Amino acid sequence: MKQKEKKSYLRDWIIVGALLIAALLVLLVVRNRQEAETGTNAVAVVTLPDGEKQSYPLNKDGVFSLNGGTNTLVIENGEAWVSEANCPDKICMGMGKISKNGEFIACLPNRIIIVVEGGEESPVDGRT
Amino acid sequence: MKTQKLTVMALTTAIALILSFIESQIPAFVAIPGVKMGLPNIAIVYALYRLGWKEAAAISLVRVVLVSLLFGSIASFFYSFAGAVLSLLGMTLLKKTEKFTEIVVSVAGGVLHNIGQIGMASIILETDALRYYLPFLLVSGILAGVVIGLLSGILIRRIHLK
Repeated sequence: MKQKEKKSYLRDWIIVGALLIAALLVLLVVRNRQEAETGTNAVAVVTLPDGEKQSYPLNKDGVFSLNGGTNTLVIENGEAWVSEANCPDKICMGMGKISKNGEFIACLPNRIIIVVEGGEESPVDGRT
Repeated sequence: MKTQKLTVMALTTAIALILSFIESQIPAFVAIPGVKMGLPNIAIVYALYRLGWKEAAAISLVRVVLVSLLFGSIASFFYSFAGAVLSLLGMTLLKKTEKFTEIVVSVAGGVLHNIGQIGMASIILETDALRYYLPFLLVSGILAGVVIGLLSGILIRRIHLK
């Protein structure tokens, strides 16, 4: 019985290890693709709670008030981030700067999502 | 339901709540929402092994409702609920096969919890942007699941509340 238990633990560690390696590979591939898909005309697309979408080019520096002032978006040197938010958790402010295709910042309490979308120079994407 | 069982379930629920509170006090060590240890899952995995899946499901549901009322919001209730349901479903099925140890069961729980939350968030926010976020949560779910599996394994073997 004891022997059997030990064996199955070893097997389970191998399963978990394999899963982890697979997940890390997926992460790496996705990151690489994101980088490749980012052109010089990348924009930050802001989706507001009512579904309205606004685009802010990443190559144009500026400070923008979103959603009537609940969040403040800053764009500088091709990177976008949230500098102010009136929500209690401030997670969106902690999500850092985004610049690559598909990177995003979400403010769940205010229902705002900011996604970087590649530029025209990015390779044509079959999915879209 | 026997009083003793009810008491054990109530105690486990209380522990799950305390673990939720402790976790909410730990500052996020990665600036990605959703990346968490999943401490309350220790209580759920313990309940799954020592009390049964129905009991674990009841404890999990009560925990999700109470945590949302105490520390969360309506939105966080939906995210947690989707995560908890998917996670418990997966863990119960894997455990029923009797082929895996609590490590794999807990890892599946961690990963499925994250998938459930992201799925629900994608539906509520009506976006598919979150798919880029999934690989991070898969990795973090596996790592958290391993830790939780190890901790729950110790408790399952040492504490017999029945």
